[in-house]
Amino acid sequence: MRSFAFTPAESVGQAVSAQGGDGDAAYIAGGTTLIDLVKLDVMRPARMVGVNRLPLNDVERLDDGRLRVGALVTNTELAHHPLVTAHFPLLSQAILAGASTQLRNMATTGGNIMQRTRCPYFRDAAAACNKREPGSGCDALDGINRMHAILGTSEHCIAAHPSDMCVALAALGATLTLVGPHGAREIAFGDFHRLPEDRPDREHEIEPGELITHVTLDSPVEGAGAHYLKLRDRASYEFALASAGAMIAVEKGVIREARLALGGVGTRPWHAQEAEQALRGQPPETVNFEKAAGIALRDASARQHNAFKIPLARQAIVRALEKATQAATDS
Amino acid sequence: MDTTIIGHRTPRVDGEHKLTGKADYTVDWQADGMLHGYPVPASIAHGVLETLHLEQARAMPGVVDIFHHDHFPELYRSPSSAAHQDQVSEVRLPFEDERIYYDGQYVALVVAESFEQARAAAHAVRADYRQEPGAVASLLDTEQEGRLLESEGVCRGDPDTAFDQAPVKIDHTYHIAAESHMQMEMHATLAEWRDGRLIVHESSQGVVYQHKALARIFGLPDEQVEVVSHYIGSGFGNKLFMWPHAVATAAASQMLGRPVKTVLPRQQDMESGGNRPASRQRLRLAAERDGRLLSMRHDSTTETSFVHAYVDSLGSATPSLYACDNVTISQRLLEVHHGTPCPMRAPGETSGIHALETALDELANALEMDPLELRRRNYNRSDPAKDLPWSSKHLDTCYDNAARRFGWQHRDPTPCAMRDGDEFLGWGMATASWGAMRMSCAARVELRADGSVMAACGTQDIGTGTYTVVAQTVAELTGVALENIEVRLGESTLPAGPLSGGSMVTATTLPAVAAALRDAIDALKEAATGEGGAFEGSDPQRLEIQAGALVDQQGTRVGFAEILTTLKLGSVNGEGQAAPGDEKRQYSFRSFGAHFVEVRWDPGISRLRVSRVVSSIDIGRAINPAAARNQVEGSIVMGLGMALTEKLDYDPRDARLINNNYTDYIVPCHADMPDIDVELLDNPDYAFNEFGARGVGEIGLTGIAAAIGNAVYHATGKRIRDLPITLDKVMTL
Repeated sequence: MRSFAFTPAESVGQAVSAQGGDGDAAYIAGGTTLIDLVKLDVMRPARMVGVNRLPLNDVERLDDGRLRVGALVTNTELAHHPLVTAHFPLLSQAILAGASTQLRNMATTGGNIMQRTRCPYFRDAAAACNKREPGSGCDALDGINRMHAILGTSEHCIAAHPSDMCVALAALGATLTLVGPHGAREIAFGDFHRLPEDRPDREHEIEPGELITHVTLDSPVEGAGAHYLKLRDRASYEFALASAGAMIAVEKGVIREARLALGGVGTRPWHAQEAEQALRGQPPETVNFEKAAGIALRDASARQHNAFKIPLARQAIVRALEKATQAATDS
Repeated sequence: MDTTIIGHRTPRVDGEHKLTGKADYTVDWQADGMLHGYPVPASIAHGVLETLHLEQARAMPGVVDIFHHDHFPELYRSPSSAAHQDQVSEVRLPFEDERIYYDGQYVALVVAESFEQARAAAHAVRADYRQEPGAVASLLDTEQEGRLLESEGVCRGDPDTAFDQAPVKIDHTYHIAAESHMQMEMHATLAEWRDGRLIVHESSQGVVYQHKALARIFGLPDEQVEVVSHYIGSGFGNKLFMWPHAVATAAASQMLGRPVKTVLPRQQDMESGGNRPASRQRLRLAAERDGRLLSMRHDSTTETSFVHAYVDSLGSATPSLYACDNVTISQRLLEVHHGTPCPMRAPGETSGIHALETALDELANALEMDPLELRRRNYNRSDPAKDLPWSSKHLDTCYDNAARRFGWQHRDPTPCAMRDGDEFLGWGMATASWGAMRMSCAARVELRADGSVMAACGTQDIGTGTYTVVAQTVAELTGVALENIEVRLGESTLPAGPLSGGSMVTATTLPAVAAALRDAIDALKEAATGEGGAFEGSDPQRLEIQAGALVDQQGTRVGFAEILTTLKLGSVNGEGQAAPGDEKRQYSFRSFGAHFVEVRWDPGISRLRVSRVVSSIDIGRAINPAAARNQVEGSIVMGLGMALTEKLDYDPRDARLINNNYTDYIVPCHADMPDIDVELLDNPDYAFNEFGARGVGEIGLTGIAAAIGNAVYHATGKRIRDLPITLDKVMTL
């Protein structure tokens, strides 16, 4: 492992000024992605600014019903927080479907949003990867790409976004607070993760030196049932082949509100907005769920080894919507 | 024999050491002035190393030296053969030439003051290669047939004619992906030289074998080498061979005059530290309409590397398992650009029995016959391969018991017919089997004046419980309490013991320990009946052993400690040897069992889970039933991975391993565990050895993947002939 300078910060201001917008410096919280990639020589920060002492550990309900989550709240704390289990069960389910207890104990809310892909060619310093080394090519395109994305891909990158938590955030709707050298700003969660296009190395709408300080969830959908379904090669501690986070609110026999996002299939947390729109006003029946799945996957494109993800994602969507409907109360 | 300790559940005698951290695994060893080695792996699989750029790495903090092709001592090659007691993964020496034969082959070894410094510098080494086209990534990706191994062929009767004339037949080809051992503890070496003597701590399944190999490679007299492996965090076979890191580390230590420790990272362990080779098997089976087998033809191809000719013998069980007059097996070997494959738990037969037991299920379908009934109709009571009776075979009881516990009689034979909510149930079964082997072995025992007993043998405990079964043997034969028994294993300077492989350690080691113990007791009796002894003048033949004491016919009892103390003797020693003998001409020795499996398939979300496993296994006498059951349960878990998820993925374009870690190579986790119900029959096989044990480390893995695959067919109507059976192969696309 390379040597790096480590500067623990006590406040957000101190952290931002210590980082200083330096491309060779990284913020470190739980370290579950960063340390892993430093050991593999894939990420090579010369300096790390420790943020674990920053006062960003609170979960609080705002007057308008939104939930403001500090960036350092761990995945474990967030998944089990009473306000989350009561009002945002999709988020709780999604977080608990990810990683292992040990990792969730270390991983933070902000860090999870910044989690990097598990594409094996990204993690192999000797392989061609436009995300790791812009312009070097993409060994995944014609390589072993069974785990790779089918939505939002480009000829430069097909790496799947790995997070489960982010799938729930995409469905729920949220706002991120970023603090950087030029002050604080807010950005919608749905605008934060970029498509790879021709610059897969630029994964986020984040400026040099900016730090995520809070995630604020939109107000919960009243009466909605939620279900997060993750399909994978083993029952736990494994990334999704396809996952679906669904919320359904039913009123007088028709869908009043629908939310749907996908994991394991997109190059970013995949919010299926058109499918949601198609569901609203329809009876919550399997035939409509199948139509919605078709819309969500209309633009999917597969490579040699991941064509099965298209029907698999369709199955995940339909079953998740069915289960969410069962959990909903018709009002 | 009536026993009070052997055959009874006995807690591990080393359990406390493992629980408290006193167990000294190789990586735990430290030495004064110790340096750390970190290999630099090649990033191509086929070509030539042209230039190494070492300047940057050399200048990094803590770097002491970097070894490579132009900077490495002249050493001797060692053969690789069990006959030479000398098993190495590569006859080629580290850095011997600049040709690259596989991804991950070492091109350099960085030595630095700390592990982290060595790793950082290893990452900073840059290499230029001349990559050559035509890398063979896997037997699964090529049409190449490989070369036929005449020595592996077997034929009896006229299988071709019998096949052609038979009324019912099947002909299918099965593939199994290469697997990794994924043992918990990495390959690791600590080498140090003291006054010209090489002392190596190594996580090894054969300290005596590594000792011989190192002596040959470094040109040292036998007594100038010592290999120590007190505890092993399992190996499953990949620590039977000595790997290049051990030689490179010992050479670096010699050149630098300081101890050097190298612990492989998981990635390198998976690339170049052994694997179960991928295989292709064509099975042609033919039967009468009543199910009697008329012809069995089993043609196999497996991989080996370009630096070793390791053969995974896939068909070796086939001629023995069923009654059939016309049988042939053949074996081909294909070189691929991988690190050398090596034995992995139940090597060869795990793959071979998988194909055979799957083919039998397909034959049962063709016959419209219950698959268990098909096996019963072809039951044999002697070994047709050797024309000898089985020493002890109770497979019929295994079938009966396991079928009853499983509820097999309630099975609807039609695929997709058994349903529970969203899920289809599938029930499948297969036979398990593993040959019983025994080698020659020596042991030493000391009866000590403090009342303790020490038993020593140059075999090792790979986590299976060898320390405990040796202690049980001593306790059984002396009546001395387990806590007063010291067992020494895992040192190559002890009397030569076997490799921990082939499920043969128990049957090999315990008779030698017993012989040494009897020798020591004879010495004790002689001393006790001699001048000044507690039984002076008595006939030593008339003294008996009871609870750590000698007892004469008048009932006078004197403890071992008192006898020795009275004579001012610190100890009496015994040496013992044991080896297989004439019994091999009278019987054939093999263990058998049966697995019954339930899977659940939810076609709506393509979810496949193993929900129940019921196994009945006959291994002769289980010396320690708790440890024996643990071996079978662990094998079943390993079989789950083989059947459903495990696959080493070599990129077909360049033969590089892309899933060299625990995330991308998927082993089962706790949430995948089914209900596992294991029954061990208890039929001591005294024809095999005086303790009646045939060994248990491997048999549980044979047949389990076939039982799962057969259950998947029953649940889905789909026959998946390529392992692993991932959901994308089963789902409707």
